[in-house]
Amino acid sequence: MEGNIAELGQFIGAGLAAIGSGAAAIGVGHVAGNFLAGALRNPSAAASQTATLFIGIAFAEALGIFAFLVALLLMFAV
Amino acid sequence: MASEGAGLEFHPMDQFIVKPLFGGDVIHWYTPTNATLWLFMAVLAVIGLMVLTTSRRAIVPTRGQSVAELTYGFIYKMVEDVTGKDAIKFFPYIFTLFLFILCANFLALIPMSFSTTSHLAVTAVMALGVFLTVIVVGFAKNGVGFLKLFWLTSAPPVMRPILAVLEFMLFFARPVSHSVRLFGAIMAGHAVVKVFAGFAQVTAAAPVAILGVVAIYGLEMLVAAIQAYVFTILTCVYLKDALHPHH
Repeated sequence: MEGNIAELGQFIGAGLAAIGSGAAAIGVGHVAGNFLAGALRNPSAAASQTATLFIGIAFAEALGIFAFLVALLLMFAV
Repeated sequence: MASEGAGLEFHPMDQFIVKPLFGGDVIHWYTPTNATLWLFMAVLAVIGLMVLTTSRRAIVPTRGQSVAELTYGFIYKMVEDVTGKDAIKFFPYIFTLFLFILCANFLALIPMSFSTTSHLAVTAVMALGVFLTVIVVGFAKNGVGFLKLFWLTSAPPVMRPILAVLEFMLFFARPVSHSVRLFGAIMAGHAVVKVFAGFAQVTAAAPVAILGVVAIYGLEMLVAAIQAYVFTILTCVYLKDALHPHH
């Protein structure tokens, strides 16, 4: 096992950046869960709001994607 | 990155290597590669779905024609609902984006094929196209009034300059998240399939690995459709900002 400190830092940093994916999962679950809670209370209004649901999920997911991007940059670009 | 002698060898990223079709190592801009081949296949698939199935235009539609009509109606309604009725002139652009991404995502799921949308170069071009369209249309339609997009009149006056800076930065983060979302979802999904397939090297774990690959593959079918839908709906949202910048 040889290597250097910089490589070690890259791997640790990429692993830490993966925490962001978990955080994004919490965000997406929050959006979807609240949508379901609202949809079960008023099912007739649910169908018209699926577009909003997906926009909300996409925005919550965006920050997780930035974390993924940081991990990729650390692994392959730095 | 698999170390020697560890027993298991994983090469989940090898499937994304761009190779020339007819041998050689040098890739020029005109070299036909597996990437260009599968981009072309996606275009052919779109033509096959939309042109061939609707060429006869039967009163009682065939199966193919029904699929084409339902897809058309689905995206048409989405553009109308999200962007507004005056945005229908952008429908051909949005529908083209949707069909191309959908076909490219599904073609990438064929074993031994090449996943074109797992390359940032492909998704970034599409996202930058949307970004530039939003800027050009926004300024052409509203003039300097397009900058009101960054001035949130619903916020307290003290907060508005700070929010304007944030909104401005967020505006330029749009093409990044727009392109990396599609690229990340497809690339990560295909890499996971390959990692699960790698576990089949252990004989005892092979049945579990095969079941895992099947399950992830099913999930990837869902992701392929949802990511195409999300890319399209975000295009609609961004275009709404260009057409109606007043919050």
